[in-house]
Amino acid sequence: MSDLDTLEREIRGAIEAAADEGAIEAVRVAALGKKGSVSERLKGLGAMSADERKVMGPLLNGLRDRVAEALAARRDELKKAGLAARLAAETLDVTLPLRAGALETGRIHPVSQVIDEITAIFGDLGFAVAEGPDIETDHYNFTALNFPVGHPAREMHDTFFFAPDDQGERLLLRTHTSPVQMRTMEKVAPPIRVIAPGRTYRMDSDQTHTPMFHQVEGLVIDKTSHIGHLKWVLEEFCRAFFEVEKVEMRMRPSFFPFTEPSMEVDIRCRRVGNEVRFGEGDDWLEILGCGMVHPNVIRFAGLDPDEYQGFAFGMGIDRIAMLKYGMSDLRAFFDADLRWLTHYGFRPLDIPSLVGGLSS
Amino acid sequence: MKFTLSWLKDHLETEASVDALAEGLTRIGLEVEGVEDKAKLLAPFTIAYVVSAVQHPNADRLRVCMVDTGAGDPVQVVCGAPNARAGMKSVFSPAGTYIPGKNITLSVGTIRGVESHGMLCSAAELELSEDHDGIIDLPADAPVGVPYATWAGLGDPVLDIAITPNRSDCLGVHGVARDLAAAGLGQLKGGAVAPITGAFPCPVGVTLDFGDTPSLCPAFGLRLVRGVKNGPSPEWMQAKLRAIGLRPINALVDITNYLTFDRGRPLHVFDAAKVHGDLTVRRAREGESLLALDGRTYELDPSMCVIADGNGVESLAGIMGGEASGCSEETVDVLIESALWEPLAIAQTGRKLGINSDARYRFERGVDPAFMLPGLELATKLVLDLCGGTPSEIVVAGTVPEPHRSIAFPVSEVKRLAGIDPTEDEIRQVLTALGFALSGAAPVLTAVAPSWRPDIEGKADLVEEVMRILGVDRVPSTPLPKSADVTRPVLTLIQTRTRRAKRILAVRGFVEAVTWSFVAKPVAEAFGGGAPALALANPISTDMSDMRPSLLPGLLLAAQRNADRGYDDVALFEVGQVFRGARPSDQFVAAGGVRRGTAGVGGTGRHWQGKAAPVGVFDAKADALALLDSLGARVDRMQIVPGGPSWFHPGRSGTIQLGPQNVIGHFGEFHPATLETLDVEGPLAGFEIILDAIPVPRARPTRTKPPLDLTTLQPVRRDFAFVVDRSVEAGKIVRAAQGADKNLIVATTVFDLFEGAAIGVDKKSVAIEVTIQPAERTLTDEEIDTICKRVISQVAKATGGVLRT
Repeated sequence: MSDLDTLEREIRGAIEAAADEGAIEAVRVAALGKKGSVSERLKGLGAMSADERKVMGPLLNGLRDRVAEALAARRDELKKAGLAARLAAETLDVTLPLRAGALETGRIHPVSQVIDEITAIFGDLGFAVAEGPDIETDHYNFTALNFPVGHPAREMHDTFFFAPDDQGERLLLRTHTSPVQMRTMEKVAPPIRVIAPGRTYRMDSDQTHTPMFHQVEGLVIDKTSHIGHLKWVLEEFCRAFFEVEKVEMRMRPSFFPFTEPSMEVDIRCRRVGNEVRFGEGDDWLEILGCGMVHPNVIRFAGLDPDEYQGFAFGMGIDRIAMLKYGMSDLRAFFDADLRWLTHYGFRPLDIPSLVGGLSS
Repeated sequence: MKFTLSWLKDHLETEASVDALAEGLTRIGLEVEGVEDKAKLLAPFTIAYVVSAVQHPNADRLRVCMVDTGAGDPVQVVCGAPNARAGMKSVFSPAGTYIPGKNITLSVGTIRGVESHGMLCSAAELELSEDHDGIIDLPADAPVGVPYATWAGLGDPVLDIAITPNRSDCLGVHGVARDLAAAGLGQLKGGAVAPITGAFPCPVGVTLDFGDTPSLCPAFGLRLVRGVKNGPSPEWMQAKLRAIGLRPINALVDITNYLTFDRGRPLHVFDAAKVHGDLTVRRAREGESLLALDGRTYELDPSMCVIADGNGVESLAGIMGGEASGCSEETVDVLIESALWEPLAIAQTGRKLGINSDARYRFERGVDPAFMLPGLELATKLVLDLCGGTPSEIVVAGTVPEPHRSIAFPVSEVKRLAGIDPTEDEIRQVLTALGFALSGAAPVLTAVAPSWRPDIEGKADLVEEVMRILGVDRVPSTPLPKSADVTRPVLTLIQTRTRRAKRILAVRGFVEAVTWSFVAKPVAEAFGGGAPALALANPISTDMSDMRPSLLPGLLLAAQRNADRGYDDVALFEVGQVFRGARPSDQFVAAGGVRRGTAGVGGTGRHWQGKAAPVGVFDAKADALALLDSLGARVDRMQIVPGGPSWFHPGRSGTIQLGPQNVIGHFGEFHPATLETLDVEGPLAGFEIILDAIPVPRARPTRTKPPLDLTTLQPVRRDFAFVVDRSVEAGKIVRAAQGADKNLIVATTVFDLFEGAAIGVDKKSVAIEVTIQPAERTLTDEEIDTICKRVISQVAKATGGVLRT
């Protein structure tokens, strides 16, 4: 008996000593393999007498089972240790910094973002987006907008001109987006609701003026819209655009040749550092000009001003961008300074919508 | 337009405070740009008596003064003014006072060892004039201790209002008062002018002589006042003129300036002794010139209207008088002119000569024609009051026009256009107060605009008058009716493309720039532009002279500016207009991008995972094709042709097109010569796509996508390596392989490219993987073999390529 005990002790010793799955396999072969020590003894059972077999059978089978179990346990243990060692060896320093990816470096210019915001708001009110060329005729930029030839109001526009062509016609860079009013009325029959964002040009350069800037024009032509509607549209726009609960607006009578009555619109605000808080404070900030489309303009478009009426407004896109987002120098908008664009620009997928909020 | 509160009160009986008036002015459309209250600003500056002034012990140019400020013992002040002397009265400011002219706050100081407890001030230090030659020297009767500003009559707040070009009637204080009175802020004082009977006929005749050219002068009034004594105008007049920034000159000149601002009626005075013979109002002759009152000589031409005498041109009509016939202290006989001028001619002449006078400003906007003669009478009265003399009768050449614009005014227009519904009474009140003559009864009134309102044309103008006086505040905010439907898409195809292009490029790591629409001429020329039709006649600088033919130069220059600031790796894009001509149809929307340094799509610069490579043609190609694909363009149908326009590197650029006539865009590295013209340095690669050139997708009745047939059969992949001439385009090999079986070959990729001695000089090996997708049944080996053989033969046929062994 002690022979089997010794054998078992030896095998168990070998199992314990096995350092890897190869060694454990060797132990298994040596014990339970075809010619293994335990297998050999099991083979001997056949030659035994029935009585002997009755005694030895269970002993040997028990030995075999215990060895197999010990082998499996040890193998499992070694596998776990091996995996742990592999994982330890595979450890990487996850604090290593990444390279900034495209989504992180890409930026949308504030002007584009603000145009998208404006479009989202006016789109909801049923306004389409209209366009016109940057290079305009005197007719569309001035005459059709009821600027009399030689009128001082023309001079206020500091117009960029091109050399006269063969027919003596002198083209110009549009000084406002208002020419789109006439171009739209010529193309589309009322009712009309459009906005027209775009580039505009005047010979001017300082902190708040650049020779090129952006305006958005608004035009509504139908048979009923009046200044009350204009007021509501502008109030709603400002509230939605500046993302505040309410804005307080002040309309002042003013003058534009192409609207009558004409008004300028101020909004109540308070300046705190580079922030402008709307709906509070004692400052009034001028943000746009507007009015009822002048009967002459409606007539110019081939419509009867006693039948058709409507309003128009125009505001500086760069200016409202500055007010909302706090830039102080207009010139920086067009300087393409990476630092400025990265700071004031918007992430590629910050797409303004009314359902999701204009800014995130 | 500036005026003082007391000046306004000459015309307006009012108890309203300056704040209430300012608020009211802005509310009715006369926007207050500023209210300056000198009395408040200069309160600490008091009148003081210089008791003694002795030489400073340590400084030649300084004096030590003991100054009686009217409050306790005299204080010691060190003063450097040459006119500081004992016994004089001047203006004192104690330590702690803010000195506006120097932008400092005084403190007690020690100047060269002597303490100084304040300062004696010059007019410049108080920002009252440019005079800083010495301290203010006040008359002996000036009361010590009293605030100087109050004593000097500077306590009158100055209002500065912006007058829109249509409101010439408010370029005089009287007109402003009328508007305020209409708005309920006081009572307009009459302002009627009594005629003055002339004692003798005017000895100087006037002729309007425009020959057969259009007249530039509807009417001209003139009167002589004989035996005047010219000299300084009275203090009340000087104070008013000074308060609005005008320099008093002498009574006769001051009267004309005063009436310009008081009544918006510019006048001119000639020294009759210097006028030779009768006056002729005519066009200037070629070669004539005038030494004007501003001391400058102006060259004149026949578009300009002048007043001439026997000596030639004496005055530039309605703009500025001449030096030769101007009034001085010695003037004894004065000719007073009150005339009407053609506004357009005045504006053109002023612009041409660069003269911005108060007279031009008013005449080009339109003065009240009916006030031409009353203005002359009023000026005469002031001359007689201030300078004495005997007036002649008035001579008038031409006729004062009497415009009676009668407007039919349905009162319902107010509601239709302004959305307010005032009573007929309210409407009548407003218009009457503004000087309109009303007749008839509602529903349609007849209104005649007053002579001083040339801007009133029609009923919309009347609506504005009613609305602005009643207050825009009264207009109720009224929701604009919204469509009952779900909002429909409003953007056009090009607008959608523009928006999406921006987002797509930003997603690829580009930063959006907005650069000027104009560039320097050489820059425009380097990118195919610079045509005369696109050159500005009056550019703001030579760097901004020509409309841009491409977005690329602006982006390249911007990239260089960033590099100059230390940011070498930049990727900038712009989506915006480019100009091929001056017509609207020559303006296109382009999307362009430039990558500089190592600013590839995967990141920039050195990194522990590997250094980013310098940007090159394939970065630009990837951007261009990704943009097109994301815009929904069928990139697979477009051709990539080697080479591009001259500003690209000829061997490292490509053109994306749908046939040679339909170029969609370009990509590549730039031509070194172009970069040199722009003075920029690489590595640089860029692309430009004309968004308008992308074909419009076919309209489809539904949004259903084509059916998808997902086969269970495994695709078969086979590799081929072809040795071809180095000049053979890989694109040709791919197309040839693809064409071997248009149904079964679904993809062909290039997975290796090799050049080396092993395959021969000027040869390259291009390895492709061809994916064969069986459609109905598994292909037999023979069938696959047949396809492979066709791939080899097709490539050989198209490119001369030989299968590499």
